[in-house]
Amino acid sequence: MIEVNSVSFRYHEEWVLQGVSFRVEKGEFVGVIGPNGSGKTTLLKILYRLLAPQKGEILFEFVSMKKMDRRDIAKRIAVVAQETQLLFPFSVLETVLMGRSPYLGHFMFESEKDLEIARKAMEWTRILPFSERPIDELSGGERKRVFIARALAQEPEVILLDEPTVNLDVHHQTDFLDLILTLNRERGLTIVMASHDINIASEFCDRLILLQGGKIYQIGTPEEVVTKENIESVYGCGVWVDQHPVSGMPRISLLKKGGR
Amino acid sequence: MKLITRKRVTVISILLSLVLIVIVLISITMGSVRVPPLRSIRILFQFIPGLKGTGNETERTIILSLRLPRAILAGLVGAGLSVSGATFQALLRNPLADPYILGVSSGAAVGAIIAILLGLGVSSFGLPLVSFLGALLSILAVFYCGRQEGRIHPHTLLLAGVIIGSFLSALIMFFISLSQKEELRTIIFWLMGDFSFSNARAILIVLPYILLGILLLYLRARHLNLILSGEENAVQLGVDVERLKLISYLSASLITAASVSVCGLIGFVGLIIPHSVRLIFGPDHRLLIPASALIGASFLIACDTFARTLLAPVELPVGVITAAFGGPFFIYLLRTRKVMRTL
Repeated sequence: MIEVNSVSFRYHEEWVLQGVSFRVEKGEFVGVIGPNGSGKTTLLKILYRLLAPQKGEILFEFVSMKKMDRRDIAKRIAVVAQETQLLFPFSVLETVLMGRSPYLGHFMFESEKDLEIARKAMEWTRILPFSERPIDELSGGERKRVFIARALAQEPEVILLDEPTVNLDVHHQTDFLDLILTLNRERGLTIVMASHDINIASEFCDRLILLQGGKIYQIGTPEEVVTKENIESVYGCGVWVDQHPVSGMPRISLLKKGGR
Repeated sequence: MKLITRKRVTVISILLSLVLIVIVLISITMGSVRVPPLRSIRILFQFIPGLKGTGNETERTIILSLRLPRAILAGLVGAGLSVSGATFQALLRNPLADPYILGVSSGAAVGAIIAILLGLGVSSFGLPLVSFLGALLSILAVFYCGRQEGRIHPHTLLLAGVIIGSFLSALIMFFISLSQKEELRTIIFWLMGDFSFSNARAILIVLPYILLGILLLYLRARHLNLILSGEENAVQLGVDVERLKLISYLSASLITAASVSVCGLIGFVGLIIPHSVRLIFGPDHRLLIPASALIGASFLIACDTFARTLLAPVELPVGVITAAFGGPFFIYLLRTRKVMRTL
């Protein structure tokens, strides 16, 4: 579905991404992990062409993304960002309806059909009960679901998630990730998620991309990527890796300095 | 909160237009020379054959050549400044932004003061032209400094605007310190906003910029909603953000330049009207832009009417009135906003 071919990107002098190549297949749930500054967020921004790489190219269903216009991209790739600025807050329904924007083009107003699609997305994410509320009055977890609903209203094939679980408590983390997993498994949506949380990535993703200093360190299944050697070498700190007691996926534990 | 639909925008716009028309009619009947309301309105509709020749020559001149152009000009400027203010608030994502934030007004002021010092009268064709030129030059300077690699960086642009504005303010002070007593009064009135020299020519100068500017911004209303939550957010939803910013910044700046060049610096309107409209109708630009234009027009015509009648025959600068009435009204709105947003 997405093919990244030896992509390099720099904001100024220094390369933030260097010779990155990988493929994401249709219906996959791919995690991008790596330390701060390893290029996770930049990689996501390149995947929806907010940033254009100086070297290499990205093919979306065999078409170079350079040749797609912004509206085309927004119809196929939706993004759920870390935090959105809320200067003059819109209501939940208004926010979700914004997901219809790429389809409206020069039309000023949403149609009955757009409203129907937005309602369905809200039903799915269980936010219909507070559709009239301004989004600044919602809790962090509810607000995340609003932006998932907005992404669904875009009727995309791919959803990019940037640190989706930051600022959420465990309840809302699992709630949110279950929602994403259902979208992935039942609707066949392709998911690419950048995350700081190695355990979450290991538990939920089919494949992981481990970045170090803008290069791919390793790419593979969680079992292949989340190993003591890989994590210690990339993150530069001691960890303990064992198996999740229920799912059997690799799990890391932090170690105190000098202690065990 | 009700959803924005074409029907809702149309209905509210028609209602606000009716309010505007009523305010224009009230405005032209008021003034130091009393012309009875009904007769004023009949004079206004002179072009209808049956009403030809109503009132005497003086009354006709007062209504048609003085009060009507003045109301039209105040309306245009009020609409323009309000829409420009709303746009700058969205683009800069700063609730304190107003039409003058990028220093356009200071450029216009320097132009106007130079014109006054050169002996061009306030009523001449020259003053608004030189002033508009000053505003255009300041816009060019700000965009030259605020654009890098073909992109507009809001913070750089804002800084460039503020700094070029301060530099020009220093020039203004310099010119003021050089000016004579007579000129000084003219300059100060101009700096506080003045419609007393309105005429058809001034209207023709600003009309294309203001109407075209508002139209261009209205066509981008839905995209302005998206940029309110950040530029990346707008890109994610398929907006060509650089194009949107270029067109919107330029439209809003030109509206401001045209407005300021004919009537000086009228503060407060561009800040307070968009905020008031948001409190009443919500933040969606598809309603915010037309409603701000119509309410801004009504508000400024009303303020100007007070400015010329309150202490008649002495005229107050209209900027004094906009601040004096606008401030308390805005605070009232802030305190009752929960109720208002359901309209």
